[in-house]
Amino acid sequence: MIGDEIAGMLGDPLMQRALLAALLVGLAAPVIGTYLVQRRLSLLGDGIGHVALTGVALGWLVGNAMNLVPHDVLAVPGAIVTAIIGAVVIELVRERGRTSGDVALALLFYGGIAGGVLLISLAGGTNANLMAYLFGSISTVSTGDLWLTVILTAIILVVGIGLRTALFAVCHDEEFARAAGLPVRVLNITIAVVAALTVTVSMRVVGLLLVSALMIVPVAVAQLVASSFRQTMGIAMAIGVVVCVTGLSITYWRDLSPGATIVVIAIAVYAVVALARPLLVRSRSHDPHPQVPDDVEVAA
Amino acid sequence: MTPAVLARGVRVVLSGNVILRGIDLSVNDGEVVALLGANGSGKSTLVRALVGAVPIESGEVELLGKPLGGAVDWSRIGYVPQRVSAATGVPTTAGEVVTSGLLHGHRLRPPRHARRLVLDALELVGLTHHLDRPVRELSGGQQQRVLIARALVRDPALLVLDEPVAGVDLPSQEAFATTLGALTARGRTVLVVLHELGAIAPLVQRAVVLRHGAVVHDGAPPTPAREHGDPDHDHVHPHDPDEAFADTGVAGLRWEP
Repeated sequence: MIGDEIAGMLGDPLMQRALLAALLVGLAAPVIGTYLVQRRLSLLGDGIGHVALTGVALGWLVGNAMNLVPHDVLAVPGAIVTAIIGAVVIELVRERGRTSGDVALALLFYGGIAGGVLLISLAGGTNANLMAYLFGSISTVSTGDLWLTVILTAIILVVGIGLRTALFAVCHDEEFARAAGLPVRVLNITIAVVAALTVTVSMRVVGLLLVSALMIVPVAVAQLVASSFRQTMGIAMAIGVVVCVTGLSITYWRDLSPGATIVVIAIAVYAVVALARPLLVRSRSHDPHPQVPDDVEVAA
Repeated sequence: MTPAVLARGVRVVLSGNVILRGIDLSVNDGEVVALLGANGSGKSTLVRALVGAVPIESGEVELLGKPLGGAVDWSRIGYVPQRVSAATGVPTTAGEVVTSGLLHGHRLRPPRHARRLVLDALELVGLTHHLDRPVRELSGGQQQRVLIARALVRDPALLVLDEPVAGVDLPSQEAFATTLGALTARGRTVLVVLHELGAIAPLVQRAVVLRHGAVVHDGAPPTPAREHGDPDHDHVHPHDPDEAFADTGVAGLRWEP
């Protein structure tokens, strides 16, 4: 029976941890994604994800050199540190405006992947070792991993929701924020660092190559139906949770990649909502034209 | 008395080009000053430099008696950037845009009674009913008014506006002039960048005219013999504005592409 199957899934400790991690990631990723879409930096998550791969390999290399067991114990801390550095560098490059944003991101993409592959071979590993990080490995989430996920998610939610008006102000109109004396650079770096934390926290669930999808696709869906920034963020968080938990649950019965399943479901949701949008958004009953007198005299 | 705005020798260089070459400007408390000049004369850059939105290479700026930076009381300054649209990537309501105007300096969260302040500001620009409307659904003139409400929401003593009525329909321009008139009657200081004086002309006490990044006129507002709107106004747009307006001292003032 379906009920027994679900009870079986929920009773599996491995699955419990994985589901909890997926739920937290689904909740946190769209928060920062909303700000990135607002400032048209949807691909920033990808750039950070690629850099984080170098961090994973670096952690591995250091762990190896120090003879730590297991060798990859430093992989996640390595990813966190490198992702934060990478995100801050992207932000500073963007602020200076010397290199256009997309070229800076492109350099990071290539540098991150190449650096990761190079370092992992130096560490005596194979590219197969990187696969778990590239495409996710949620089935191996340990209790320690889960605690790290809980802490990072809490930071993301507190900053992303607590400072919403300030982060919105700087993403919406940076010039105005400067003219209001707001600490624009600090706020920009805050967004970059929180984006880096989001990338590393989502890494276990969907993998570095698909991290950005989890940040952006739920926001893209929410945008179709929401009318406010606050609503967009809320709907995106709900969609994030639903697709993460659903996608992961499917992999309990079918041997599929969790990350890929989650992202495909998210994109399917986007397609369905985009097609059904004319039905969902009720037609505005009022006249959209502002009630102002004519500029010109019109002959009767 | 401390001037509301004081600039000494402001020089701004943007990507290698000298945009402003040593501007001196002061705006006294309660004064309404128009900043005029042809497209590309540097008037927008000047106001952006004054409020700290673009870096100054040399020179000094004081706002409300404090050097530009953390010491300035940003809660008393409202800025309206030159913008075609208030809409951005993510759906945003007029109320949310105006709420962001409540933040300044180290105030990173809106105050508790934010909603009432936002409604009051929207009322000043006649958009109370649009609080929860997405800005992308509003007309260009209405979006401009949302940005003006964002500057007014903190009840500023000094208002800096960059072409607030550019591309806005005539009734909106007149509504804006009325709002501005009410503010100046309450002793607010206004520095406004304009392409032409238009509906705001009666309020302007002094005009500063820029050309090629330098001040060429500072005094009584120029009164062109014929306004743009005048049916007899001859739309001569010479390629060399200096030639056509050389004797007025406000060369290029009414130049339009």
